Amino acid sequence: MTSDLDIFVGNTTLIDEEVYQLWLDGYTVSEAVSRRLRGGLLERSGTSVSVLQSDTRDHFRTFQMLERLLHSPPRLCQQLLFQIPPPRQAALIQGYYAFEPALARELLGKKLSKGTKKELDEVSARTGLSLRACRRQFDNFKRVFKAVEELKGPLAELIQQHFLLPPPLARDYAAIVFFANSRFETGKRRLQFLSFGDLAACAQHMMGHWTQGAMTPEAAEPDGDVPRSFLQDLKELKVLVSDKDLLDQHKSLVCSALRGKISVYNEMETNFKVLDPCRSDHWSLGDLRLFLGSYTTAPRALGGFRHQLLWERYMAGISACLLRMYHE
Amino acid sequence: MPGKLKVKIVAGRHLPVMDRASDLTDAFVEVKFGNTTFKTDVYPKSLNPQWNSEWFKFEVDDEELQDEPLQITVLDHDTYSANDAIGKVYIDIDPLLYSEAATVISGWFPIYDTIHGIRGEINVVVKVDLFNDLNRFRQSSCGVKFFCTTSIPKCYRAVIIHGFVEELVVNEDPEYQWIDRIRTPRASNEARQRLISLMSGELQRKIGLKVLEMRGNAVVGYLQCFDLEGESGLVVRAIGTVCTLDKLSNTSAFLPACNSPSKEMKEIPFNEDPNPNTHSSGPSTPLKNQTYSFSPSKSYSRQSSSSDTDLSLTPKTGMGSGSAGKEGGPFKTLLRQQTQSALEQREFPFFTLTTFPPGFLVHVGGVVSARSVKLLDRIHNPDEPETRDAWWAEIRQEIKSHAKALGCHAVVGYSESTSICEEVCILSASGTAAVLNPRFLQDGTVEGCLEQRIEEASPPGCGFCHIPYDELNMPFPAHLTYCYNCRKQKVPDVLFTTIDLPVEAIVIGKGCLIQARLCRLKKKAQAEANATSISNLLPFMEYEVHTQLMNKLKLRGMNALFGLRIQITVGENMLMGLASATGVYLAALPTPGGIQIAGKTPNDGTYEQHISHMQKKINDTIAKNKELYEINPPELPEEIIGSPIPEPRQRSRLLRSQSESSDEVTELDLSHGKKDAFVLEIDDTDAMEDVHSLLTDAPPPSGFYSCNTEIMPGISNWTPEIQMFTAVRVSRLGNINLTNQTLNKNFNDLCENLLKSLYFKLRSMVPCCLCHVNFTVALPEDELVQIAVTAVAITFDKNQTLQANKAPTEKSQQRASTDNEEQLQFPLELCPDPLASQPSLPAKEVLEGATSQTGIPAAQRATSIDYSSFADRCNSWIELIKLKAQTIRRGSIKTTASLDKTSPLAEGYLRHRSVPSCTNSTVSVVKMTPLSFLPGAKITKYLGIINMFFIRETTSLREEGGVSGFLHAFIAEVFAMVRAHVAALGGNAVVSYIMKQCVFMENPNKNQAQCLINVSGDAVIFVRESELEMLPVQPSTVVSQPTSSGGDVTT
Repeated sequence: MTSDLDIFVGNTTLIDEEVYQLWLDGYTVSEAVSRRLRGGLLERSGTSVSVLQSDTRDHFRTFQMLERLLHSPPRLCQQLLFQIPPPRQAALIQGYYAFEPALARELLGKKLSKGTKKELDEVSARTGLSLRACRRQFDNFKRVFKAVEELKGPLAELIQQHFLLPPPLARDYAAIVFFANSRFETGKRRLQFLSFGDLAACAQHMMGHWTQGAMTPEAAEPDGDVPRSFLQDLKELKVLVSDKDLLDQHKSLVCSALRGKISVYNEMETNFKVLDPCRSDHWSLGDLRLFLGSYTTAPRALGGFRHQLLWERYMAGISACLLRMYHE
Repeated sequence: MPGKLKVKIVAGRHLPVMDRASDLTDAFVEVKFGNTTFKTDVYPKSLNPQWNSEWFKFEVDDEELQDEPLQITVLDHDTYSANDAIGKVYIDIDPLLYSEAATVISGWFPIYDTIHGIRGEINVVVKVDLFNDLNRFRQSSCGVKFFCTTSIPKCYRAVIIHGFVEELVVNEDPEYQWIDRIRTPRASNEARQRLISLMSGELQRKIGLKVLEMRGNAVVGYLQCFDLEGESGLVVRAIGTVCTLDKLSNTSAFLPACNSPSKEMKEIPFNEDPNPNTHSSGPSTPLKNQTYSFSPSKSYSRQSSSSDTDLSLTPKTGMGSGSAGKEGGPFKTLLRQQTQSALEQREFPFFTLTTFPPGFLVHVGGVVSARSVKLLDRIHNPDEPETRDAWWAEIRQEIKSHAKALGCHAVVGYSESTSICEEVCILSASGTAAVLNPRFLQDGTVEGCLEQRIEEASPPGCGFCHIPYDELNMPFPAHLTYCYNCRKQKVPDVLFTTIDLPVEAIVIGKGCLIQARLCRLKKKAQAEANATSISNLLPFMEYEVHTQLMNKLKLRGMNALFGLRIQITVGENMLMGLASATGVYLAALPTPGGIQIAGKTPNDGTYEQHISHMQKKINDTIAKNKELYEINPPELPEEIIGSPIPEPRQRSRLLRSQSESSDEVTELDLSHGKKDAFVLEIDDTDAMEDVHSLLTDAPPPSGFYSCNTEIMPGISNWTPEIQMFTAVRVSRLGNINLTNQTLNKNFNDLCENLLKSLYFKLRSMVPCCLCHVNFTVALPEDELVQIAVTAVAITFDKNQTLQANKAPTEKSQQRASTDNEEQLQFPLELCPDPLASQPSLPAKEVLEGATSQTGIPAAQRATSIDYSSFADRCNSWIELIKLKAQTIRRGSIKTTASLDKTSPLAEGYLRHRSVPSCTNSTVSVVKMTPLSFLPGAKITKYLGIINMFFIRETTSLREEGGVSGFLHAFIAEVFAMVRAHVAALGGNAVVSYIMKQCVFMENPNKNQAQCLINVSGDAVIFVRESELEMLPVQPSTVVSQPTSSGGDVTT
């Protein structure tokens, strides 16, 4: 006697958090059943495998029906089909949009295109995530990216509004969108040591300091892009490097300001421009912070340097990023 | 022109993309009522159109208002080709037709298409202006209230309970019309939906007319069903109980002059000291208002002219109580005379109610039922209702005579059902024979005070158990003893009923769901031969179902069944029987004897060993069950009772000792040779199987209880957390060489597994009770069995249960007094109500004002906090997810303003609504329950009946997730549409919800499936009791728009 049809519909949609996580992780029904079995559910609840199968199938079906709505979270809150208490709706959304940092790290700065999606099986192999989970997370990135692509205003808030995500998660998505937009090549070997968290923080700093939204809240351009005008202006700053005089002056100003304050003073001079080696020279974080502060403010004393505001805006972003990146 | 219907189409949202090129839709709306149609403008290129239409006004007479549904169709405008329909909304405007219910319907309705399901939502506002109609001969019955609830609705008081009302209308089924061959499935489905909606309206109007004729103002326990007869037609029939109800303007403020607030306290000592000498009231006054008679077409004396096979039988499952008590003798006769006179004027003294005002039920005789097999292709004039009317009249007549045989004048807990397979139809009716107190059955204004005494003559808590029939002339063999409670009157050893457990009943321990399941194969046959074979099988099935119930009851150490419902379903090649009931231990009835197994071949050693092993198992199960259900009746010395029944303790000792050796079995046979010991003779393998199957019923896992009645004895401290659900399973019986045995086993497993899976699903609600568990069985095709279950899981507080576990009498008193609400419906037993003298439609305006004050704002509040009980759990879940996904850092969900710009009301409400966590929800919570009440809440207003019928069809079954995906989505859609309608009426719950029909057909080869669902219930506004206390008197200015509490805007 086989059950062809087997359903359970509650007036309040019944959601099992454990099964939801299994579904999110991309397991099939039978995989999920065996996982639940391993969890000792059978012993605890004194039920049978067939009951567990039926229950899992039922939950998976519900999630599949909900998935369409989860693609547009405000609809999940407005729809009439599933009666779900708001806290639980929030938890569903949060769970659906949560992602594995390792996967996000892999995809950071890549174009969220079909081509990238095809490479997901490699990503899946590297991260140990199931391909389904990878695809869902990739699609989430892409969906969020598409939704805010054309919008104006602060990115994280836009995402929060459109996807009803908790602020920290919305900020992470903002970072992903920012990288996808600016195509920073985060895949370089030298940057491999940086985690998603590091890069996300950098993105936030960059957005915080450099984008239009940071300057004028009602900006005309979306926040995901570093404004072209700003990038243009940055060219002006090249004088600090290209002009030998200015470079030397700058250097000596910073050196004098920091003498005695930094324990690794001797190495500082040599490491002046490229901060990467600082690590190999075992700078402390405090030292680096002092150095950057001084490096930022020093040009004020430089005669003939007319871009102090721009410089400081640039350096604020860079410094914050560097400080974040500066770890083992 | 006595009515003006006004409709405004506000907006739509989430519409489907109808134009692939632009990914948009050019939507407009057609509003149709009767033959008049209005259209909105086309709102171009939007999935969220804002029509903001003018008020469309329909000037119609009230007959039309009652019959017709308002039909709203959303279409996509197409310049070059025909406009595409997106979907429809049918709105039953009946709730707007009586002033005590809703005043406006306003909210978001799902746009429903029979092929695609829900496709977006539409915001609609509907109002009705009714002009007073002075025409006495009108055809409408506006103003008669309908309730699905099978008890007197919570905020009303029954002045008179008039009695039975029934009606039936027939039409040709559009699915079987010739035109169906050329029209689309969508058109056919819509024609059917519309027809059933029309027929329901017409039926309700006709019943309303009968109610007015009977001088009542309401129908309670209204049960409407439809029969898909196929070629011969589509029948919509309904039964109900006519009452004159008075609205309790405000239950807490309701303290009439001559009635002290502590009334129910006073009543108890009064009850305990019955005074048999006070029954001095003379024969009751002639009844003024029972002049009601049925239409001539329904004279049941006329025999059905078709040559079909008839079979009716009563399984005399009922037991009653004795009239032998010396003191009770003459008094009882008087009572009987009175009741008789009150009831004899009725053609059918039936009541669809299952719960009654205290004192209404004097004695209960037992279950009466009748079944009849009919051939649908033999109906002479299929389009006319006469033949079916005659069929039902016959069955009702039979029920009536069965009740008489049990010494009863009335039948309570009455219901009717059908099972159709091809041209064969089994009609069934069942109820509980009872003797009623005449006080409620007539206009007892003054007599009320006097007659009240009479009822008190039967002691509280056990009176209804006393047999109504003559001890010396019993209708069936029964084993009588003196009542274990009052020790004055006779009681039977077991009592089966179809009603709910009376509030005053004294019960020991908890109850439990008991089911008997049975299959019988039959040969495929045609017409008469088929009907004959079914008729021949029915008595055996009834007998076996009864035996199973009896065995299972004893196995649980209990002695009474409530809410008994036996469903016999006919299929092509088999019959299925499913009986569900709630077993309890009534303190008034004797302790049930054990189950004794007797072997046939006493010389076979191993066989005997096996028998004794089984016996041990049975005894162990009984002992375990007694512990599980906390059945420990007080021990009474035998001489007091004069009972031939062995004392319980002694018996259980005997039972335990018997399994040691086979020799002892014979000894024990002697000890159980008493009348009450139930002996199961195992004379063949079949019987062995039966015993085995008895033991396979697993008890619910710890923390779970279940019942099919409204309340579970022994549990009173419910929490507000409820979960209503519907579960459906369809199983294939597979192999062709089926025997009754394997069938029985399969069916039994199917039911048991379904229950198990429910317990597992709801495990987070423990400790919890599944209430009103309602199983329905269908045999949609050869080898397919479909089981649908609807029930509500309610969490209770375990700690308080332990405290409440006191002596039985104490407990019942406690229950009676805690259940103030129940009592308050009938607080006027001692004094005539000033309003009672007024005719059926009493001072509406006055009452209306009073109720709406507290009702509406309170409901809004209720909606906004409704999820608070969930909050904690969800929070912990959020924590869990946080742990799993490392990227999510701690943080609260920011409250943002609603994105909903489509609702004009939204912004206003946003301001004065504070909402806990998630925010963008614009959907108000609507609770649904099959019970007539909500735990921890007070129903402040009934908004009208919800009676909805939907068809869903698919031609892409696989794509929709197969049969499970299809039906899962459909049932979710039905729930959503019910909730939306309730919310639009301004309500926040549906009580007495029932899924009356779920007809599912599939054709996997063609990738097709179709399903029809019929649901009903009462839309209500409830207020949490905790809030009620905090709510002082609400200023009447808050009344505002009740709509807003409904549809659209929360948070």
